[in-house]
Amino acid sequence: MKSRRWFQKSALLLGFAFLYIPIIMMIVYSFNNSRLVTVWDAANSPTLAWYGKLFQNDQIMDAAWVSIQIAAMSATAAVILGTLAGLVLARFGPFRGRSLLSGMSTAPLVMPEVITGLSMLLLFVALEQLFEHWFGWSFGRGMITITIAHITFTMAYVTVVVQSRLASFDDSMEEAAMDLGAKPAKVFMKITVPLILPAILSGWLLAFTLSWDDVVIAQFNAGPGSNTLPMVIFSKVRLGVSPEVNALATIMVLIVGAGVVLSALYMRRAEKRRKREEQMAVANG
Amino acid sequence: MTEQRRNDKKLEPWRDPRAEPYIRFENVTKRFGDFTAVNNVSLKIYRGEIFCLLGGSGCGKSTLLRMMAGFESVSGGNIFLDGQDMADIPPYERPVNMMFQSYALFPHMTVEKNVAFGLEQEKLSQSEIASRVSDMLEIVQLGQFAARKPHQLSGGQRQRVALARSLVKRPKLLLLDEPLGALDKKLREHTQFELINIQEQLGVTFIVVTHDQEEAMTLASRIGVMNRGEIVQVGTPTEIYEFPTSKFVADFIGSVNMFEGVLIEDLPDHVRIQSNELGGVVYVDHGISAAPGAVVWAAIRPEKINILRTPPPDVRENCVRGVVKEIAYMGDVSTYLVKIDTDKIVRVTLPNIERLSDDERILWDETVYLTWHSSSPIVISQ
Repeated sequence: MKSRRWFQKSALLLGFAFLYIPIIMMIVYSFNNSRLVTVWDAANSPTLAWYGKLFQNDQIMDAAWVSIQIAAMSATAAVILGTLAGLVLARFGPFRGRSLLSGMSTAPLVMPEVITGLSMLLLFVALEQLFEHWFGWSFGRGMITITIAHITFTMAYVTVVVQSRLASFDDSMEEAAMDLGAKPAKVFMKITVPLILPAILSGWLLAFTLSWDDVVIAQFNAGPGSNTLPMVIFSKVRLGVSPEVNALATIMVLIVGAGVVLSALYMRRAEKRRKREEQMAVANG
Repeated sequence: MTEQRRNDKKLEPWRDPRAEPYIRFENVTKRFGDFTAVNNVSLKIYRGEIFCLLGGSGCGKSTLLRMMAGFESVSGGNIFLDGQDMADIPPYERPVNMMFQSYALFPHMTVEKNVAFGLEQEKLSQSEIASRVSDMLEIVQLGQFAARKPHQLSGGQRQRVALARSLVKRPKLLLLDEPLGALDKKLREHTQFELINIQEQLGVTFIVVTHDQEEAMTLASRIGVMNRGEIVQVGTPTEIYEFPTSKFVADFIGSVNMFEGVLIEDLPDHVRIQSNELGGVVYVDHGISAAPGAVVWAAIRPEKINILRTPPPDVRENCVRGVVKEIAYMGDVSTYLVKIDTDKIVRVTLPNIERLSDDERILWDETVYLTWHSSSPIVISQ
């Protein structure tokens, strides 16, 4: 018995170590004063020098701004399209082409990014030529093309999240609303959307994150002046890892980590309150 | 109690040939692919009725209800409400409301908002909505819970919110899908009478779908028994119980002992059935319409059979000997399973009127004689 507990504890510890030691090392090294990423300068560390440099680096700041815009735009569009696709799959019953739609809308989940990126690139090049030919003007590659490319694969995630949320409710609530005189569009806005709001929010966050850290698809569809943050980091790392990148990555980890912890705390409190209220309701019968 | 009340009011429009039915189902059929869920159903329901559709799961009763509400299209036939064909009217324009089995309360709205939802769709003034909602919440005794969310309510309270929400629009017709199914037994009995009171107070016509025969018997003015997508019998609770027209209905409503036999004597005032299953003759004091020699079933309810310890003198018909095999004491009644001489098991239910001492009580393996009054057997020919 005693040995088993010991085994469990060490397994847990090893698991955590495996997952988080790399990130912890990166955070530690972001405070390193040495120019060489792998050498710890014990004399002058820790220092916030790299954080200061980071905020003065226009290239990185610009790229971060581009990334935020692309992520926000593509997440918003993906949520709209993905919600509609999820709604159709969960609520419209069996119709011709349903399984095709189901398969095709979730295929980008497993499609290699290189293929998605390349095929989008081919499409955009062809479209550019068409636009040139017909209007004498073309949109050129840049933020717009990256955003559209990101929508195509992040939408799949939103679809899956929304569909599974809808599947956990039977459609009697929507039927009840319709029965009480609400037209389908109103039922959607007043009943369906509030019900799936958590899924929409988490779908948006998921899409935002996926777009935020995508490098492959962005690389294929970028144009001049539309370098995203991951692209900049990637090109920097190729020239040799700069401690600045460590600082940047640390900030990103902190932001993401804070978001995850806060939302988990909020969910737990809401769940607790709900449980307590339900118990009281039953007790007061 | 309910029977008494209805007799006082003479509220039996289905017996009046001049009465205009409020709801008419005419040859209504619903097919899902190859499966026929509802098969050629015709029904007339009158204003102010509580009509129960009773049947096992998958018998088509819920589909019939959903077609009335407009959630399912009709594959064949017509549905009329107050003379109006419902075919092309979408659910949100039908003067019909439904109470769902799961209640389908909106979890993100308070009780008040849930009840107000239907009125808000009618573009009524805020003050009118508020007063109608609070009146309705008073009727279902939930005034003090107006600000609560559905998850803060108990099952019985949720049921009442659902009822209030579906009644507040003053529908011509209220559809109730297993309205009491999710409540425990005590609450269910209490709520049944509450439902009847509210129905009388508001004068709304109810169609109730249920699989629970007790619920149907208590609530209904009339019951339509369904089996495999068809209506097999329509009648008052008494008619359905006392005069089932088929083996299915006799067996489905309550329990029954069924003896197969041959009609040996068929006169206007009595019939005799020779039953090998019973090992004797069943004498029935009313005539039936079947040819002599036809195979029929004599159905006898367990509570209409008496148990005697000594053979009754001079009785050769409507009497059979057997041995008590099982006794189930249920407080108000006891059920005896008696194996008669032909090895058939007969179920008998007797009320426990007196407190009997051990040697007065009928015991296991005792030889007994079963008798019944000649008005008790029901003769069924299908």
